[in-house]
Amino acid sequence: MGALVFAEHADGAINPATLHAVTAAGQMSDSVTVLVAGTNVGSAAEAAAKIAGVAKVVRVDSSEYEHTLAENLAPLIAGLASGYSHVVATATTVGKNIMPRVAALLDVAQVSDIIEVIDADTFVRPIYAGNALATLKSSDTVKVVTVRGTNFEPAEAGGGSAEIEDGAAAGDQGLSSWVGQALSKSDRPELTSARVVISGGRGMQNGENFAMLEEIADKLGAAVGASRAAVDAGFVPNDYQVGQTGKVVAPDLYIAVGISGAIQHLAGMKDSKVIVAINKDEEAPIFQVADYGLVADLFKAIPELSQALDG
Amino acid sequence: MKVLVPVKRVIDYNVKVRVKADQTGVELANVKMSMNPFDEIAIEEAIRMKEAGKAEEVIAVSIGPQQAQETIRTALAMGADRGVHVLHDGVVEPLAVAKMLKAIVEKEGPTVVILGKQAIDDDCNQTGQMLSALLGWSQATFASKIEVGDGELTVTREVDAGLETIKVKTPAIVTTDLRLNEPRYASLPNIMKAKKKPIEAMSPADLGVDPTPRLATLKVVEPAKRAGGVKVADVAELVSKLKNEAKVI
Ligand SMILES: Cc1cc2nc3c(=O)[nH]c(=O)nc-3n(C[C@H](O)[C@H](O)[C@H](O)COP(=O)(O)OP(=O)(O)OC[C@H]3O[C@@H](n4cnc5c(N)ncnc54)[C@H](O)[C@@H]3O)c2cc1C
Ligand SMILES: Nc1ncnc2c1ncn2[C@@H]1O[C@H](COP(=O)(O)O)[C@@H](O)[C@H]1O
Repeated sequence: MGALVFAEHADGAINPATLHAVTAAGQMSDSVTVLVAGTNVGSAAEAAAKIAGVAKVVRVDSSEYEHTLAENLAPLIAGLASGYSHVVATATTVGKNIMPRVAALLDVAQVSDIIEVIDADTFVRPIYAGNALATLKSSDTVKVVTVRGTNFEPAEAGGGSAEIEDGAAAGDQGLSSWVGQALSKSDRPELTSARVVISGGRGMQNGENFAMLEEIADKLGAAVGASRAAVDAGFVPNDYQVGQTGKVVAPDLYIAVGISGAIQHLAGMKDSKVIVAINKDEEAPIFQVADYGLVADLFKAIPELSQALDG
Repeated sequence: MKVLVPVKRVIDYNVKVRVKADQTGVELANVKMSMNPFDEIAIEEAIRMKEAGKAEEVIAVSIGPQQAQETIRTALAMGADRGVHVLHDGVVEPLAVAKMLKAIVEKEGPTVVILGKQAIDDDCNQTGQMLSALLGWSQATFASKIEVGDGELTVTREVDAGLETIKVKTPAIVTTDLRLNEPRYASLPNIMKAKKKPIEAMSPADLGVDPTPRLATLKVVEPAKRAGGVKVADVAELVSKLKNEAKVI
């Protein structure tokens, strides 16, 4: 029995987040099927069929799946699940919203946000904001798992040639409807997949000052992130938040500016390869995880850094 | 309408968690415990609905050891009307919690159940979605704004790409995100008043639920520590290290 991966897609393309789930699913089982549900999903299904390591794509084209409403997707996925040993998604806000609903419909536990596959039944996941790692063994017949993207290399988006099969829609449950969205627009790389991330905290003082970080981000090809305090204060939108209850990032370089380093923030960035901290308080806990710490006033250091990057 | 709010007793978010030497879990003895912060936000939202005349009664429910009653008292001091305590020692997984909550929902008949999006101990982010599935209700997770309408809620949700707005039919499950509100502190008179508010006690068996975990915890270990870094003197040294030593820019 194989693994079923729930795919996220937009504009005919598969969301890169899903590629991490495909890799993890390949470690749980030797046959990976990808579910592509939505409206006009022809090209997304074709893109899914090209992902390396995918054996089959199930395409479900029906209007009730247009907006990833959990009430509609969960019965569809649960209905397919009996043919699989694992049902897998990436722990994005979409995956987190839908998968526990699938698990409950199947009367099985969910293993959330895994960072390692030990074997088909055994997984490692962080608990307590990453202060402990638990190894869990499931004896459920179908394992419902969400995957922390940063811990699994993305599967190659090309090279595969899976067969595409049409699946039956499960109907509109009529419980909820989509009204609209206000998405942050940016030409910079996406936060969770960027090679470099520069984040600002309460020390930035206001939203306008984030322009200083954006300037550096553009020079480094970086994404801009933030601490909860900076989001709560309204400096930047919610989707910038890095941490235990925000996004998890693991770039080659993470630059924390005016961030103290609370455990909830560290939970979202301490697996970065190289960490730089710029903070005027030499006692700030962020320095305990920083490879390079600069004790300085950010309003002096950041313009200097920007200038130095031109040289 | 009635609003039900499940509140979990967890290690306080400020505590430095320590893994037990025998690798069976984390140290809970003599550690400060508090209400899960997302559940404080849920209680606050329910109380605001009551203050706005949209809700008549707010019921706080906790599943946990005897001391979970303190967590319920905190909710009552904030303004909840009464409590339900399901006494259970030891680990209880989201699926079992959801099953117990389902039984309580069927007894109490709330129109809305507001949960935290995530308990900061297990970091599961599952219970609300599971409860919603078991009840066959609608769900609005990661809420940063809730408008109560006629037979429906309009909810703004924090999603990875920004904000999304959905409408859900009631009865509904909502889970809270950080920006929904800022929870109040209980005043001393309200803490005194809360002592007289009723808490009904029951057991998982009373609710017909077997709380035995489905997942076996093989071990709990500390993550690898990062090797300590260095302090640089100035921006020039920082840039030089990043270029020549770390080779990341
Ligand atoms: C349930 C819950 C969930 C949470 N989830 C998250 C999460 O996902 N992500 C997250 O980040 N936090 C989270 N937090 C919040 C976390 O506990 C901290 O409150 C938060 O990370 C602090 O943000 P900060 O470092 O920007 O602010 P502060 O702790 O106030 O630190 C500001 C820092 O800026 C420095 N500074 C000030 N001015 C300057 C200057 N001119 N130059 C240089 N340095 C300066 C100061 O020295 C200080 O170290 C959560 C908390 C709770 C309770
Ligand atoms: N033992 C419990 N007692 C009461 N509520 C709980 C319990 N466990 C989880 N919850 C609720 O479910 C939410 C999400 O928890 P979790 O799915 O464990 O991350 C919490 O914020 C609480 O609202």
